[in-house]
Amino acid sequence: MTSLVATGVDLVLGGAQVLRGADLTVSGGEVVALVGPNGAGKSSLLGVLAGDLEPEHGVVLLDGRPLGEHRARELARQRAVLLQRQGLAFGFRVEEVVRMGRAPWYRTPAEDDDDRAVSAAMDRAEVAPLALRLYPTLSGGEQARVSFARVLAQAAPVLLLDEPTAALDIRHQEVLLGVARAVAAEGAGVVVVLHDLSLAAAYADRLCVLSRGVVVADGPPRAVLTDELLSQVYEHPVRVADVDGALVVVPVRSRVGSVEEATCAPS
Amino acid sequence: MTATADATLDRHAARPPAAEGGLLGRVGLLGFLTVGLLAAVLFAAGRGQLDVPATEVLGSVLHKLGLDVGPLPSHPQGENTLWQVRFPRVLTAVVAGASLAAAGALMQGVFGNPLAEPGVVGVSSGAAVGAASVIVFGLTFAGTWTAPVAAFVTGLVTTLLVYALSRDAGRTETVTLVLTGIALNAMTSAALAFLMFLGDQQAREEIVFWTLGSLNGSRWEHVAVIAPIAGVGLAAALVLSRQLDLLALGDRAARHVGVDVERLRLTTIVVVALLTSAAVAFCGIIAFVGLVVPHLIRLIAGPGHRMLVPASALGGALLLVLADLWARTAIDYADLPIGMLTSLVGGPFFFWLLRRARRTAGGWA
Repeated sequence: MTSLVATGVDLVLGGAQVLRGADLTVSGGEVVALVGPNGAGKSSLLGVLAGDLEPEHGVVLLDGRPLGEHRARELARQRAVLLQRQGLAFGFRVEEVVRMGRAPWYRTPAEDDDDRAVSAAMDRAEVAPLALRLYPTLSGGEQARVSFARVLAQAAPVLLLDEPTAALDIRHQEVLLGVARAVAAEGAGVVVVLHDLSLAAAYADRLCVLSRGVVVADGPPRAVLTDELLSQVYEHPVRVADVDGALVVVPVRSRVGSVEEATCAPS
Repeated sequence: MTATADATLDRHAARPPAAEGGLLGRVGLLGFLTVGLLAAVLFAAGRGQLDVPATEVLGSVLHKLGLDVGPLPSHPQGENTLWQVRFPRVLTAVVAGASLAAAGALMQGVFGNPLAEPGVVGVSSGAAVGAASVIVFGLTFAGTWTAPVAAFVTGLVTTLLVYALSRDAGRTETVTLVLTGIALNAMTSAALAFLMFLGDQQAREEIVFWTLGSLNGSRWEHVAVIAPIAGVGLAAALVLSRQLDLLALGDRAARHVGVDVERLRLTTIVVVALLTSAAVAFCGIIAFVGLVVPHLIRLIAGPGHRMLVPASALGGALLLVLADLWARTAIDYADLPIGMLTSLVGGPFFFWLLRRARRTAGGWA
């Protein structure tokens, strides 16, 4: 089973240290959510795991071998990445874009599986009706779902998703994370950056909480999501409630008239 | 504006789904262009001060190939005119047109911007500096190959410069690209002016006519040099085309689906310089072919490079054969510079593309 292990990752971007000694392990079969405030280093950690960013210290091992030793094409058969922003320079059709995910399998036996993988991925991401549309004419949310279908079509054992739900409506947020869960159940390891903590609690096996480049907690949702930890990390009072067995995270909102109190950082 | 916004240039493209992917659609368009090109070659070779009907041109070609079919040219000078003047010229047009259009398609792919073109961004004039030096200094270090080799070297340097200067954070914004083109065209014009200043009267005239772009004086020796260069360039372009599609995703995402982005990009830039030098070496600067042709092909067949590259090559050859025919027959006993003609038509087309890009991007502040 594929595993991705980052150990003691230090990363400096533009003179600022964005990751300090970050550790993260992802094994096949689990969904790990990366959460934390803006600028905590979630996307940077994902970039390091993807092999896009070279850490100053520390290593990332994919199946026991450092990421840098894998060739680009070989790596693409092992891990697929969904970026926060997806651009497309020309007016390709949706089906063509999803098929781009099959590129790493060109001239391999798995190539025979292309058509099936593409249509299965489009069905799962619910973009099959858009197949003949031109990608640049789609809405932001539709583009995000098409890109997710492309990532699924790549059929890699490790999926790295950077805020995949940011542009999606409630229904498609649930659908997407449900698919991510299903893919994990089939044996893939999934890392997903999320802002919505309730969503993360519902779909992730483990939460990894980042704060100022440091992993401050890593464990099952119920162990990690506590009032104290979240209030401290987000510098805002936060309450975790249990609603019919589901964890719901809500910020504490003071009534109109006492705004100053709410915006003060807890000491 | 961003590369994403550039994509909206193609959003109004109303191409039929059948024209893409399907083998029939691919073969259809390529077949149509091939037949059109062959017909244009036969027709264009026959036209001029001495008219030879297309059937006689075909007959002459078939006889050369050892097939005793069809009529030979009836005019006593017909055979000579065809084989010593017309065919070298028409074939030069084929090679130059195919090279320029393919180079344009490759450049647009590697920049992720539909406005990139060897003439517009200054690569053609960069290559021209090399070839002009050969004229002025009378260089002959590589025989007939000297001009193309020099054009390739300076063209490659210019392409690398454009790339390094206009690329920022993994994408090429249209404004930066066009402004870089202005700067580079200014620099290469200065270099050309300096070369003219250095050269004697004859070299000056040669350079002036040649920067206007002309197929006048094409010879078999030239065809024998540029055809292999263009052949190698086009073959390489076809090999690269599958990966160029993935580059449309952006640098990071392309890497995520297994493209060695840096290597692909450098290889493509070398191929662009190769194709541009093949076109520029003897024909001078013929702008906008690489802009107009790939754009039209994209409208018909979509942006997939496996179709775009070969169809652009055929379409570019067809366009230049017809443009050259017009250049030498529009006015009796006069040979208009073909570069002037392509710019006359291509300039407004470029302007229209710019307007469209600007509108879809919501203005450029």
